[in-house]
Amino acid sequence: MSLNLTLLGELIAFIVFVWFCMKFVWPPLNGAIEARQKKIEDGLAASDKAEKDLELARKKATAELKDAKSQAAEIIEQAKKRATQIVDEETSRGHDERENIIAQGHSEIEAERNRVKEELRKQVATLAVIGAQKILEREINEAAHSDIVEKLVAEL
Amino acid sequence: MAAGEELTLTGYIKHHLTNGQVRLSDDPNNWWMVLNVDTLAWSIGLGLIFLWIFKRAANKATLGVPGKFQCFIEMVVEFVDSNVKDTFHGKSKLIAPLALTIFVWVFLMNLMDLIPVDFLPTAAALISGESWDVISSGQSHTYMKVVPTTDLNLTLAMGLGVFALIIFYSIRVKGVMGFVKELTLQPFNVKNPVVQALFIPVNLLLELVTLFAKPISLALRLFGNLYAGELIFILIAAIGLFQLPLHFVWAVFHILVIVLQAFIFMMLTIVYLSMASTDH
Repeated sequence: MSLNLTLLGELIAFIVFVWFCMKFVWPPLNGAIEARQKKIEDGLAASDKAEKDLELARKKATAELKDAKSQAAEIIEQAKKRATQIVDEETSRGHDERENIIAQGHSEIEAERNRVKEELRKQVATLAVIGAQKILEREINEAAHSDIVEKLVAEL
Repeated sequence: MAAGEELTLTGYIKHHLTNGQVRLSDDPNNWWMVLNVDTLAWSIGLGLIFLWIFKRAANKATLGVPGKFQCFIEMVVEFVDSNVKDTFHGKSKLIAPLALTIFVWVFLMNLMDLIPVDFLPTAAALISGESWDVISSGQSHTYMKVVPTTDLNLTLAMGLGVFALIIFYSIRVKGVMGFVKELTLQPFNVKNPVVQALFIPVNLLLELVTLFAKPISLALRLFGNLYAGELIFILIAAIGLFQLPLHFVWAVFHILVIVLQAFIFMMLTIVYLSMASTDH
């Protein structure tokens, strides 16, 4: 159990070992551990964030879907309205056109009738004159009695 | 051990507790100029193994998924680091590597205790050319203690290393005057300066005892535990065939002791340095 020079030797060895450990062993090991811890921490934080983002996106998608549905419903409603409107418009337009065509037909018929009437009147006048001529035969001067004939014609 | 004519129990135990020594002085009375070669060789060898293993792990340290070896080394490092961080609140680049070195080195040296006591000394004697008959009759002149922590030189050297750090940190944190004040104005502190002056020698005596008790208790605790454990291993080895179950039981118990002693040495070092660098 005697103390001797070994004490000094061991003291030097101890100092050298501690120095070497402090210089070359501890910093890289501890650095690697801490860097890895940081990396894992970051990874966990990122995964948390991603989860939150996913949740948010899900909510947003649901909201958007709801929005789109309501929008679609609105559009359909509008389209229906518009369709009804178009049908109404077309119906009234068709109605008007029919009225027009009918009115036109009427007026054409009227005009034709007037023309025929005029024709008939002339022919009747001629006939009347010819008849009067036949009745009066010789004496009647066409020019002198035309006013009588005119009166006759007008009475027709 | 087969009992030879000259082999007594006392002789066997003595043989195992004698260091292999080299005398550097011709004077046989010069007790200082002696080297315990076995202690030096084993402790430095184990220290180099410690540094080599941990340096390898440090070189291979990556950010990616660590291997099993890497994990194990990092577990040890983290264990030491968390202990240091729990106890030592200052900032120091030295404390954690110091604690790691003490823990692993002392553990490795203590671990040598689990190797059956005759293996390595007998091997050494055979290598040095002694015959089997000579060795088994206890006449071997090759002495070797394979557990460096059973040599007071080593434990005291570590204690003194820690002691130097205690003083260094005390002075660095508190200044020379602060350190002197701590040694003289405690534990008896009175307002009256005259009475205080009377108390200074008492305080100094008490505080110096406290201070010097630290390295000595560190050294003696480790030395005593391992020396006693080694002695019991030798006693068990001396009883013949029945040593096998007994050796096993004591070795299992000793696994606890060797880790615990390494841990205690590390922990107390941290605590002492933490106390030294705290201003009261």
